[in-house]
Amino acid sequence: MIDAVGLHKVYRLKKHRVTALNGVDLHVEPGEIYGVVGQSGAGKSTLLRSVNLLERPDAGTVTVDGEELTSLRGARLRTARRGIGMVHQHFALLSSRTVAGNVGFPLEVSGVGRAERRERVGELLDLVGLGDKARAYPSQLSGGQKQRVGIARALASRPKVLLSDEATSALDPATTDSILALLRRLRDELGLTILLITHEMDVIKKICDSAAIMENGEFREAGRVLDLIGTPGSLLARSLFPLPDLAGPDTVVVTYPRSFDEPLMSELTRRFDVDVNILGGGVEQVAGQSVGRLGVDVRGARRSQALTYLSEHGLLVEEAGE
Amino acid sequence: MTADTAATLILAANTDAAGPWEAVVAFLRDWPNMWPDLWLATQDTVYMVLWATIFSVLVGLPLGVLLVTTDRGGLTPAPVVRAVLSAVVNIGRSLPFIVLMVAVLSLTRFLVGTTLGPTAAIVPLSIGAIPFFARLVETSLREVDREVVEAAHAMGTRRFTIVGKVMLPEALPGLIAGLVMTVVALISYSAMAGAIGGGGLGDLAIREGYQRFNDHYLWATVILLIVIVQAAQSLGDLLVRRLTRR
Ligand SMILES: Nc1ncnc2c1ncn2[C@@H]1O[C@H](COP(=O)(O)OP(=O)(O)OP(=O)(O)O)[C@@H](O)[C@H]1O
Ligand SMILES: [Mg+2]
Repeated sequence: MIDAVGLHKVYRLKKHRVTALNGVDLHVEPGEIYGVVGQSGAGKSTLLRSVNLLERPDAGTVTVDGEELTSLRGARLRTARRGIGMVHQHFALLSSRTVAGNVGFPLEVSGVGRAERRERVGELLDLVGLGDKARAYPSQLSGGQKQRVGIARALASRPKVLLSDEATSALDPATTDSILALLRRLRDELGLTILLITHEMDVIKKICDSAAIMENGEFREAGRVLDLIGTPGSLLARSLFPLPDLAGPDTVVVTYPRSFDEPLMSELTRRFDVDVNILGGGVEQVAGQSVGRLGVDVRGARRSQALTYLSEHGLLVEEAGE
Repeated sequence: MTADTAATLILAANTDAAGPWEAVVAFLRDWPNMWPDLWLATQDTVYMVLWATIFSVLVGLPLGVLLVTTDRGGLTPAPVVRAVLSAVVNIGRSLPFIVLMVAVLSLTRFLVGTTLGPTAAIVPLSIGAIPFFARLVETSLREVDREVVEAAHAMGTRRFTIVGKVMLPEALPGLIAGLVMTVVALISYSAMAGAIGGGGLGDLAIREGYQRFNDHYLWATVILLIVIVQAAQSLGDLLVRRLTRR
């Protein structure tokens, strides 16, 4: 649904140049929720803003729903943008307009008549659970409610794609959860494709099907979340499951990209006569599945057989000492 | 010497009346005689200020918008245009009004046919207030949230529409406050315009009050000017409060 190839972007400041995007390829499947994480200044916002061409990349192409946006300008680009909704960190609502006025804004701009607008705004507000707030002003709403208005507005022109730059960063944890649940519901009900930027690993864990880790304008890792977690040396796995510092000589990190299977550990002791000592870790719901990741000391003469046994049962085993 | 007697002395020196109370009574007695002059002058002042305000908005508002949109990172960046506009505005702002008034005399004669009277005064008043209002417009537009403007872009909004439907409405309370400041400045400028025969309350104060030593005219014009400024300010404050949704 979103295909960006070879994106480069350099900002030229007075003294120096900042490379915000350094050859990024992004592929988002239809109906997918795709998260991009990375440190501040990694180039996440620049990437997102390149997708609807708020920022024109220096090189590379962006194709959304089969249309190559990088080849469009002026009126045709504006029309194409209407097929891409955007949600902002600080909501970006017009303080001079009511909730209904804000949600109706994109329709007004694209020339939809008053009566039709009214009806659509009503639908949208019901969709995000704010049916009773149509006449309120943004200043009278809570942060979570404002973001719901922002989401309703982004959906007004029936886009297939929704872009979100830190949409939950200004919200408390409970409100964040409710907004994430709303995004997932919208994806399920409307078949939306969602590309979101976040610095919270929790957001990736809770709603993302795919993810990319960004650093210095490049993707370090990208793909489906569960695949990445099952890949040896995965940065994403390490960020999602921070383990205590455990670089003992006999330590392994065991990742279970499926339901946690505790008896397996006692099985190990019985079969191979090894000492198994769990150092830390945990089980989490990721992309709708429980995934476990543990730091374990495995000691004994038949250690390597024991580890092979784990691998054969579909567990990812990595030596932590290296 | 008490404060009271000091006040009496000062008033006595100025009015030749026996005491402050008598001075006030004499002033009030004189009011009906002065009223026809005062009423005419007030009308002239309102007439000058009103028209100059209209011209200031007609020219100053687009000018202020351009100062913002042509800036780097604005809707239509044009550094050269902006530098020229900004320089013109600065020149207008740096001239004291009394100098500007004299400097544009020939323009006034060309446009109005005379340099005397309230209509002629509208020319320098407008020229003085346009850059003043333009800067105030610029300042309020700059306070509009960048994210909101960006959101409008993301929704496929034309730049012209962004100015009309996003920037100006979002800045409206600030624009009204700026308009009130401009009106108040114009009232004070209009009194100065009186010095070179512009008519209005300032003219009356100088002709009757200063040149003929008639203090009653001086007090009366001061009172009327204060009333007009207060009325403009209160009306503006009321509007700003009504329009602010933050
Ligand atoms: N308009 C701009 N002009 C100059 N430099 C910019 C501009 N926008 C971004 N940059 C620079 O490009 C780099 C990437 O910025 P970007 O905003 O994409 O980072 P980010 O990953 O979104 O960071 P954050 O998590 O803080 O939002 C940064 O070094 C930033 O300073
Ligand atoms: Mg950012």
